[in-house]
Amino acid sequence: MTLLEVRDLTVTFDTPDGTVTAVDRISFDLRRGETLGIVGESGSGKSQLVFGITGLLASNGRVTGSARLMGQEILNLPDAKMNRIRAEKIAMIFQDPMTSLNPYLRVSDQMAEVLVHHRGLSKQAAIAESVRLLDAVRIPEAKARVTMYPHEFSGGMRQRVMIAMSLLCQPDILIADEPTTALDVTVQAQIMKLLAELQAEYGMAIILITHDLGVVAGSCEETLVMYGGQVMEQGTTEGIFAGPTHPYTMGLLKAVPRLDRETEKLETIPGNPPNMMNMPAGCPFVPRCDFAEERCWSERPVLTRAEGYETRTRACHRSLEELK
Amino acid sequence: MTNSGLGSLNPNQPKTAAMAERMAEVKGRSLWADARRRFLRNRAAMVSLVVLIAVLLFAFFGHYLTPWDNETIDWNVLGNVREKGAPSFATRHYFGFDDSGRDLYSRVVQGTQISLMVGVVGAAIAVLVGTVYGAIAGFVGGRVDSVMMRFVDLAMSIPYMFVLILLLVVFGRSVTMLFVGIGLTAWLDMSRIVRGQTLSIKNKEFIEAAEATGVPWFTIIRRHIVPNLLGVVVVYATLLVPNMILTESFISFLGLGVQEPLTSWGALISEGTRTMSYGTLWQLFFPLSFFVVSIFAFFFIGDGLRDALDPKDR
Amino acid sequence: MLSFILRRLAVAIPTLLVLVVASFYLMQFAPGGPFTSERPLPPQVLANIEAKYGLNEPTWKQLVNYVGGILTEFDFGPSYKYKDRTVNDIIAQGFPVTLKYGSISFVVAILVGGILGIAAAVRQNSWLDYFAVGLTIGAQVLPNFVMAPILILIFTLWLGWLPGGGWNGGQWQYLVMPVIALSTSYMASIARLTRSSMLEVLRSNFIRTARAKGLPNHVIIWRHALKPTLLPVVSYLGPAFVGMVTGSFIIDSIFSTGGIGYFYVNAAFNRDYAVMMGLTILLGSMTILFNMLVDILYAWIDPKIRL
Repeated sequence: MTLLEVRDLTVTFDTPDGTVTAVDRISFDLRRGETLGIVGESGSGKSQLVFGITGLLASNGRVTGSARLMGQEILNLPDAKMNRIRAEKIAMIFQDPMTSLNPYLRVSDQMAEVLVHHRGLSKQAAIAESVRLLDAVRIPEAKARVTMYPHEFSGGMRQRVMIAMSLLCQPDILIADEPTTALDVTVQAQIMKLLAELQAEYGMAIILITHDLGVVAGSCEETLVMYGGQVMEQGTTEGIFAGPTHPYTMGLLKAVPRLDRETEKLETIPGNPPNMMNMPAGCPFVPRCDFAEERCWSERPVLTRAEGYETRTRACHRSLEELK
Repeated sequence: MTNSGLGSLNPNQPKTAAMAERMAEVKGRSLWADARRRFLRNRAAMVSLVVLIAVLLFAFFGHYLTPWDNETIDWNVLGNVREKGAPSFATRHYFGFDDSGRDLYSRVVQGTQISLMVGVVGAAIAVLVGTVYGAIAGFVGGRVDSVMMRFVDLAMSIPYMFVLILLLVVFGRSVTMLFVGIGLTAWLDMSRIVRGQTLSIKNKEFIEAAEATGVPWFTIIRRHIVPNLLGVVVVYATLLVPNMILTESFISFLGLGVQEPLTSWGALISEGTRTMSYGTLWQLFFPLSFFVVSIFAFFFIGDGLRDALDPKDR
Repeated sequence: MLSFILRRLAVAIPTLLVLVVASFYLMQFAPGGPFTSERPLPPQVLANIEAKYGLNEPTWKQLVNYVGGILTEFDFGPSYKYKDRTVNDIIAQGFPVTLKYGSISFVVAILVGGILGIAAAVRQNSWLDYFAVGLTIGAQVLPNFVMAPILILIFTLWLGWLPGGGWNGGQWQYLVMPVIALSTSYMASIARLTRSSMLEVLRSNFIRTARAKGLPNHVIIWRHALKPTLLPVVSYLGPAFVGMVTGSFIIDSIFSTGGIGYFYVNAAFNRDYAVMMGLTILLGSMTILFNMLVDILYAWIDPKIRL
């Protein structure tokens, strides 16, 4: 059964200079225990997409479309109802563990309040359970360290605390918004490994948001490539790595350093990420695309099934033949 | 497939051309032109500027509009100000009489002059001392910096109003002493701001580049540090003026500041407060209105300048 | 904690000493002693009086005697003007008055300002927010010496509800206007600070985390956002305290409440250096002590500051 079914989800922001569309008609399905990767550069709207689902948008943000959690519509729920879904059904961890934990509260207080509030546990029972979770995310001497303040932990340890905190209520879905971006490379690998182990143990589905294709390759079944708030390409991770069908994905893959091929230099995609305030009328990627033609500037490509693929969708005017 | 820069991509596309045009435009606009545009768009600041110019014109040319001066006592009115001293256009005593039978309009002109002068001169002294002190501390750095800033910390924890009153009592209650005293007690904040700013500019790449290429340090200060400090200094100087006026009015209200026959807004408000129970409300109303309106104008202009010169600080 | 307080004292005590020594020597500069008057005293009489007050001794010795008297017996010496009163008498008479309306004003400013600021931030862009913003802008130009006459005009002269001055043992009718006049501008500043601080905190990442944890709004505001919101407000309490101490000069002068401000200003007119000196030391040390308490409070709220 599909755990989370998102259809035509659109996020807009009202600004003094007009309405900005940050996420444009995105659809995907998430099944139990599965991992979905959402890939895109900063400003591609990938974070706003999940904030839209969980109702965490800034006050000038609006979300439309549909997101069904086990058949129940959860978009734009009143706060009281949404609060029962947050942490209990859908938990989140964020990019910067330095600022995502409250620096003025002890870790024990920040973790215990989740269980006190959602599960009605006593403070002591909640702290005991928090220590158990800290153990589970391999924090040494969890019992002693639970009463510390966040600034007394290292960056990687803080992210572990965040993960432990998100798993307190055993959610069905864990949304990880760039969980390793702010960490050292060695720590990044540890955290990704930990997430995989925890997933095997607790069986939650994960939505992994990242700008790093390498991270996606190692951990996700499905991948969704976003650019300028729109989906460029969507399909199985394996398939996309084997044969990308969109110029943007091709560029991204070229930019991933690889040891198994001899290349003279690492390629990058020229140009800058799109400016949300000033999007082209056509394909958002067009200013940076090597294959752009007249109608790419004026006409938006529709997300359709790629010829010759079972599960792949892509949004590009040029045929697969032309991209070779 | 070749990689090519944005510029060479589809050079004929109208979008790209428009973008290039806009980039050129952005580049062509200097910091100051940008700030001026933002300031001119700020309606509250613009209205305040007009009001303030009106107050300034009043202070400098107001006495041409009246036949009465600020010293002559009308013995007919004295002792019966309540009945005979009310504002009147017929007698050309626009603001009525003060409690000593003098023309209040001329007194307010005089008070406005002195209050504005104290505000501007006091702020100028504070800005000068604070900027030099802070810039030296920040630029020299090291032990000199920590000793200099330690002193500022120390001086800041002393209630400056006591020092000011003490100075006025010891050296006599004169306008000059008021200028100096107010200015000398207000430079501490300024020095902190300037020091912080200097420190952050000092560590920027363009300073390092200038140092590395052997530009003499006074040229660095003149060419790079001073222009970058100017924005902050201008903003805080504008906000200092109303604060100086507030301090002066406070002191003069207590009677420890400006002395007769001179006067200021604070002294006039004080007099109006003393006499309001006799029903001569105009003696309170006119100076109070001038004070409130002008302080408002100064604050709005200061805020407008801050938003214009330092838009991130909002 | 103890070492933090000791370190803080190590700064506070020299500050106070600087204040005392500087004001003492400054007064020696003053043209004309306290007993110079229009009718010059015979030199012999003057010398006798000066000997009586210890003014014939070298300045440093006067200073040592003076500070010693304060430290050992809390004795601020005699007034030069009121022959029958000591500075201690004046403090005993005026201080309780100032303390009463001053502390009420201080508490009112913090409570009303803080609650108004928090409410405005939580209900951003509501009528309450606009009211708070309008008030804080308006209060910039409503210092105590502007507020006080306006209040008297409305509540005493027009409505006749409240007495226009006096103290009468500090009954509430006599307290209302002094408290409003003294606290308004500080209340507004605190409200503005609290509002902008709260708005900034509510935009921070850890508040987003708290929301993602499904916590109700009141928990987020009171448990997660309050402490960081209060930090800048706490730093402002020091300057607010000083402002209120000096503001009490105005209150005493307009409302004839008879606090120490009245004596200070009078002493300033009469060149009664003994009284000025004593009150400066008293209020200065209170200020320094208060600033120290504020620092400790700040460190207590912020766990990143090691005690």
